[in-house]
Parts: sequence; C-alpha cells; structure tokens
Amino acid sequence: MSQYQVDDRGYYGPFGGAYVPEMLYPNVEELQNEYQNIIQDPSFREDFVKLLKDYVGRPSPLYLANRLSEKYGARIFLKREDLNHTGAHKINNTIGQILLAERLGKKRIIAETGAGQHGVATATVCALKGLECVVYMGEIDIERQAPNVARMKMMGATVVPATSGSKTLKDATNEALRDWINNPVDTHYIIGSVVGPHPYPDMVARFQSIISEETRKQLVEQTGSSHADHVIACVGGGSNAAGMFYHFLDDEAVNLIAVEAAGHGVNSGESAATTALGREGVLHGSRSILMQTEDGQVIEPYSISAGLDYPGIGPQHAWLFKSGRGTFVSATDDEAMQAGLLLTKLEGIIPAIESAHALAHLEKMTFKGDETVVICLSGRGDKDLDNYMKYFGF
Amino acid sequence: MRTLDHTRKIVQGERLLSIYYTAGYPTLESTLNIAATLEKSGADFLEIGIPYSDPVADGPVIQESSQKALRNGMSLKVLFEQLKPLREQVQIPVFLMGYFNTILQYGVEKFCADCQAVGVDGAIIPDLPLYEYEEMYQPIFEKYGISNVFLVTPQTSDERIRKIDALSTSFIYLLSSNATTGKQLQVEDRSEAYFARIKNMGLSSPIVIGFGISNRETHQKATNYANGAIVGTAFVRVLGKENVAAADISEFIASFK
Repeated sequence: MSQYQVDDRGYYGPFGGAYVPEMLYPNVEELQNEYQNIIQDPSFREDFVKLLKDYVGRPSPLYLANRLSEKYGARIFLKREDLNHTGAHKINNTIGQILLAERLGKKRIIAETGAGQHGVATATVCALKGLECVVYMGEIDIERQAPNVARMKMMGATVVPATSGSKTLKDATNEALRDWINNPVDTHYIIGSVVGPHPYPDMVARFQSIISEETRKQLVEQTGSSHADHVIACVGGGSNAAGMFYHFLDDEAVNLIAVEAAGHGVNSGESAATTALGREGVLHGSRSILMQTEDGQVIEPYSISAGLDYPGIGPQHAWLFKSGRGTFVSATDDEAMQAGLLLTKLEGIIPAIESAHALAHLEKMTFKGDETVVICLSGRGDKDLDNYMKYFGF
Repeated sequence: MRTLDHTRKIVQGERLLSIYYTAGYPTLESTLNIAATLEKSGADFLEIGIPYSDPVADGPVIQESSQKALRNGMSLKVLFEQLKPLREQVQIPVFLMGYFNTILQYGVEKFCADCQAVGVDGAIIPDLPLYEYEEMYQPIFEKYGISNVFLVTPQTSDERIRKIDALSTSFIYLLSSNATTGKQLQVEDRSEAYFARIKNMGLSSPIVIGFGISNRETHQKATNYANGAIVGTAFVRVLGKENVAAADISEFIASFK
C-alpha cells in the first residue's frame, strides 16, 4: 500500500488518528468499520458514478489554457471543477457521503460551512434525497455570505448560526461536533474537507479522487501520456488538493504543489499559511499541523478567501509536507486577486478566489521547455464577485 | 507523597459530591481560593478545567467560562504556578480536566511531572482516545503516578467498558447521557436502566456520574447507582454571578446535602 495513504490504524505517518471524546466514539467506530465495505460495494459505486455523471455533470473538462500557457511558457491544463453543479468540487464529496448515510440508515444530516459552498453542496444532496439537513455556519459568515444562506434555505436546510468563539468556520465545526454528540444515533455528519477523525480524511479524499482519476485519463487523450510535471492545488483544509493529488501520489516524478493562503503576508499576523506558521497538534479529531499559540490555543486564521481560512490542514497533507512529497507554498490576497483577474482576461474564466491562489503560484515558477502543468480550478468565481468588485473597483 | 491508592479509597465512598470549575474563572487568581472554599464547604473531590479555545464536548456555559479564563491569561503554565501551594490548603483529591492539545503542547511528560509535583491526582482528557493512551502515554502517566480517567457513555459497549475498567486507576467517569455539558439530566427509565446496567456489571473501579447533574434531586438519583456525581455547569453559573463570594459557594454545596 502507498506510504502516502492512510494505514490500518488511521494514520498518515505520525498524523491522523481519531482524537474524539468518548461520546463520539461509537459514531466514528461505525464509520471506521463500515466505510470501506460500503464504498467498495458495486451498487454504491454504480449509484455514485451515475449521480456524478447525470447530476453533477462529470467528467469535468481538462482544458488546455492556451493563452495562459503562452504567457508562462508551459503547457497548462485546468481541471474544471468549477463547471460542476453548485460550482465547485465540494459536491463530489457530498454525493458520496449522502449515499453512505443512506446505507447507514441515517435520517438526519449535519454539516459545517465557512463561505457556504460545502453547506450548499450538502443542502443540495439532502434535497436530492429528501433528508433533513442542518448546517452550522459562523454568525459572521452568515452576514458575509447571504446568497449562499438563501440557497441553503431554498433547498430546505436549516442554517444555525455558530455564536461561540470567533463565530467562523472553526466554530461552526465545533457546533456541528456538539450536535453530533447530542444526536449520536440518527445523524450523519458530512464533513466538508479532508479533516476530522479517521476515517473522514480518507473517505473525503476517496470521493474527491475522481478529480485525478479523470485527469490522468484526459491527459492520455490530449497528450498521449498520463504524466504531468507539476500538479497544483490550493489548500485550506485540503479537499480539492487531496482529490487532485490522489492518483499522482505514488508517481514521484510528479511535483505536487499545495498553495496555502498567506492573507496579508505569511508573517503579517493575518494569514492562513498553516505549514509555514503551524506546529503539530490536535484539532477537530485528528493530529495534524495547526496554527496555535505556545499554549496550544487555536489561532483564528485570515484570508480574503473564506474557503481557505482554516487553522489546520488535513492529516494527509501534513504528512505530504513533513515527508517532503508535497511542496507547500503560499500566495497572498493580492497575488491571488491578480491571478484571478489574469485568468479572466486571458481565458474568459472567472475563478473562485480559493482557486486563484493555485493560479498565483505560476508567477513564481520557471519552466524549461514543454513542461506539463495541471491546476485544479476548484470553483467558480460567481460567489466572489462582491470581493472582486471591491478589490478592483469595477 | 500522595498515592493513587489513597485517592481511590476516597472515590470509593458513597454519595460523593464532586465539583468542576474552570481554572482562571471568574478571575485569573480565583482558582486556588475556590478549591479551598469548596473543600471547607464539603465537596468530596474536584475537577479543575484547563481552558481551551475549542471545547467541543462543552455546552455554552463552560465554553464562555473558558473564553473568559483565556482572556484573563490562564494557561497550563500559569495554572501549575498557582497550584504550587495546593496541598498546603486543600486535601481532597484534585483532577485536571482538559482537551488534549493544550497538554500535548505543554508536553505530556512535563504535564504528568508537574501534576505530581503540585499534588494533582489525575487527569480527565475527553479527546485522548483509549488507543492513543495505551500506545503512547500510559507509561508516562504510570511513571508519575497520575491517574488517567476514562469516560463511558450510554453507547459504550460492554467489552470496551471492561477494558476501561482494567485501565482505570481512580474512577470511571460515567456520562449520564450522550450530550455536551450543561444539559439538564432527564431522570427517566432509560437513564436509570443504563445506570443499573453499569452497576450490575460489577466493575472494580468506582463509578462517578457526570453531565446534567445540577441539583440535589439529580445528584441523589445518580448516586443511587454510583459512588458519586459531578456538578459542573450549575456551579460555573454560580461563579458567573456578579461579586460571587465564599458564602455563595458554601450555600450551593449545602443545597446538595
């Protein structure tokens, strides 16, 4: 088995595990015992693939961005997760988890959300399956992301404000965990990223691995080889990166680049560059790398992108960082905004600000000859128009 | 030196009243005074909470006390400093309760050594799993004679309870229901059946029930089946009153007797 995948104890090297209070142990144990059997079952696979095709619109295109390629002197492909139903890669995971929840006999779904993308993706699949849906969202995020709150409500979800702590994503996650503690039997918690106790990081990565599974096939079709020299994705918790890297992990000739959000600058005090600023620790059920004070109190991160301002990263990413398999870099707010505008002007694609962080790294790379680059365009920029308008004064 | 045998004897008593409160709340310097007042008022043993930014097992009251304590400047380093004269003032057993990350950052070995040095008897770390404790930390706790207290919930399997019983060196912390802290215990047939099931397992460790114990009635009900019961949220509420005084604490404890 791959040294970069989860081991049978639920760890990636020293990271991972299931650091949950005893109240959550039976829920987590049930998932640990069942998830592999369920998701490897042919009938599950059939339902999953069918929904991804007919409902989500997969496969998402792998698009050779000609003008962008010309500018940087490399062959740059964009994996178009932005064209998925609901506008981002998040739906790949929620489709998988709703099918899993059905098979576990769960009647009620809970989720956390930051900017609202995962909340919308969860509310969407709950509407699809007619299941009760409760989404926890930081009070401050609810004010900032009114359109996504409206989308969730239209689809029948209850949006509960998280009023504790900093009132953002990390606190919404705490509230979702508290809900799960109080409703252990009938409820499934759809975590939106490759974080949380084992088996969530592995489960979410498997559902998102469709991204790299398709990419390798599409590379063969378009270039005659499944090889890419560089694969780039942005990392908050890291779900699009986990999916984008998945089928490239064991191919050591492929340079995997994870781009974190540096906010106003890595050392500005307003940043979400976890690997640059964090240390090993335990948050939300797993041992990973997180931004924290000397005393182990979790620090509230900052990024212009609401999808990247999480104080930790998934345990697999922590392992890719520590083992050196992944190259971890960061992009500031300004760099990401400029990269977003550049893609819009050169290719007619407005990217989510999260994805713009991955694009921003191109400026710092030098290419020799005909190198192949794949960038995960994890989401579309519609949700970020306000931010783009304010930033550029359109 | 304090020994675990001594602690275990105390928690083997009947109808014990244990009190939880957050270190550094309501004021940074209040931690030790509250412990001394609680002992004088008749509490049988104590859990002192280590405040944490993300306390997922706690309801709003204890969350708020943690935030206030952190703003007051509480940390494990400060707490151990404050507890240096603990055993000059307090003789009843004292446990520290907190989330694993704060202890991991402090250093598990340093934490155990400092517990031993100031006379803390044990630790309750809800998010440190059994597996990780056994694999990595049990020898350290044993080296310093610090008891690690495990939680049991209505969903915990008998097999797992037996394992926890074998690993427990002071008491088993039995959660009254699957809930975060501060929910009123609904004393109903279901919870009584669960308490009775545990009692009838004939475990070797003393049982102390916590979560949802807020008054004499719930305390009595719980201690029909267990050696003691822990009151947390209801007491933290008392500490949250303006100008709280020693008399308020004594009065609160007296209401359970």
